[in-house]
Amino acid sequence: MELEKMKLGATPLKESDLKEGKVLSLAMTPDIAYAWDNGVAIGRYLEELKNGRIIARKCNKCNRIMLPPRMFCELCWRATDKWVYCKDTGTVNTFSICYINWDASRIPKGQPPHIPAVIHVDGASTFMGILHVLGEVDPDDVKIGMKVKAVWKKPEEREGSITDIMYWKPLRPAQGRKTAGRR
Amino acid sequence: MGQRVAIIGAGMTKFVRRAQETGKELAWQAAKAALDSCGLTLKDIDCISMGCAPDAFDGVHMKGEYLSDGSGGWRKPYMRHFVGGGTGVFAPIHGWFHVASGVFDTCLVVCSEKMSSCHPHPQGAFKTIFDHTTEQPLNPTLIWIFALEYNRYMQTYGISKRDIALVSVKNKKNAIDHPAAHLPMEITVDDVLNSELLAWPVNRLDISPASDGAAAIVLAGERTARRLTDKPVWIEGVGWNLDTAYWATRDLAYPRYVEKAARMAYEMAGIKEPKKEIEIAEPYDPFTYKELHHMEGLLLAEKGEAPQLLVDGVTQRDGDRPICPSGGLLGVGNPISAAGLMKVIEIFLQLRGEAGKRQVPGNPTCGLAQAWGDLMQIGTVIVLKNR
Ligand SMILES: [Zn+2]
Repeated sequence: MELEKMKLGATPLKESDLKEGKVLSLAMTPDIAYAWDNGVAIGRYLEELKNGRIIARKCNKCNRIMLPPRMFCELCWRATDKWVYCKDTGTVNTFSICYINWDASRIPKGQPPHIPAVIHVDGASTFMGILHVLGEVDPDDVKIGMKVKAVWKKPEEREGSITDIMYWKPLRPAQGRKTAGRR
Repeated sequence: MGQRVAIIGAGMTKFVRRAQETGKELAWQAAKAALDSCGLTLKDIDCISMGCAPDAFDGVHMKGEYLSDGSGGWRKPYMRHFVGGGTGVFAPIHGWFHVASGVFDTCLVVCSEKMSSCHPHPQGAFKTIFDHTTEQPLNPTLIWIFALEYNRYMQTYGISKRDIALVSVKNKKNAIDHPAAHLPMEITVDDVLNSELLAWPVNRLDISPASDGAAAIVLAGERTARRLTDKPVWIEGVGWNLDTAYWATRDLAYPRYVEKAARMAYEMAGIKEPKKEIEIAEPYDPFTYKELHHMEGLLLAEKGEAPQLLVDGVTQRDGDRPICPSGGLLGVGNPISAAGLMKVIEIFLQLRGEAGKRQVPGNPTCGLAQAWGDLMQIGTVIVLKNR
């Protein structure tokens, strides 16, 4: 058998086929809503974010201090043992300079891009990274290995969310060195 | 193990941006073509292994049931499999279990996907892949994860975007010879680097297109396979492995779970030196860097070495180790589960010498297909031999 000798199915449609009514389709926007329980470990994590602190959970068997915190160690497969506070500083493990929004819409020219990053938080075990975003930094100055510090919302504005940290900024200002630029 | 298992037939639809057909109709077209290719009818099939991606893409809850009639599943033992992007190799792995166990003698494996239904684009569905409490409030797009992994891979081994862009050039060109291809193109590295920058280091031409399409294969136990075809292609090894869903806590430069899946499949297939014994491979390439990342995880290249093999031409169709001779997801297209099964079909055709203009020289005897998915955490691997 060869694909070349077969009659292959699937009839390609153009956007205009739908607009002009050559083929019919039905549209629907689902009306569904959810309320997710935060659970025990993440519940405490969020409460502490509201207090302006980052809390992790330790397993005494593998000695890992884990972020995000969890009530059971997935590697030792046993209950974790205690709460441990981390610092609100860390290291950029990797990052991106993102010119689109979550819904694929484009960020208008002149507005700053999103800078998502994996941040290894000080006080947690090596490789315990979290997803967050960077701010107060020129995209061209962001480097892997850069030390960063959390920038918190004002206490009265915090609501027990990962966004109580608005973003992470460089611990030290840029040294005036410019990279070639990434675009 | 009960019995050896062979692939004896295959079929697929074209991969297109938007198909007039429903997912069921696509599944039917591919499944019927696969049965026709080996002269069987649905009556000859003992069980069905079906694969399809997240229900949210279609807005159809319990998609396995929805697609079951087109897949030939009614009044038969029918199972739907789903591990995100890894599904297209996971479904044949589970078809293999059905037959290798000796419980069934034949199995029809079908993968069907409509990516176009989530309109105008599936970003809202993709967002729900992230943890709802600790990640979604940051408004992530799926591309973030890939951009973050791409950057980490590049920086760890000192690889340039220019070298990685070559994957897109190679695969889209290979796809010109694939009759089902969605996005075959002759482009240059500069075209990739100058395409729209979405999330540095990811440009538009680093990403495979979302497609509609379906693919299917027929599996049979050894005696039946030898009766029905002169050219059975044997499934000699299968493997899969899942890493942590706390993806930000992983070493993003190296897909350890792919290595574990590959080692499982190699051990079963008696492969000691994958670099020598795997003559042809279809690693999963939804993004350019993933082909290279996966070659390393599959032990087909040393860590950080895959880009050099690409630059040296080793992975071209006429190179020493052709990689993605089909054109891959970047060129043939990405109807998630069907894309993975398309890769299995490509190795099947290559090992039978029936890949048309895509045929690699040297009569390969052993090849591999691999897919990757869930929250960048699963590797699924299948090793095929023609003797
Ligand atoms: Zn532990």
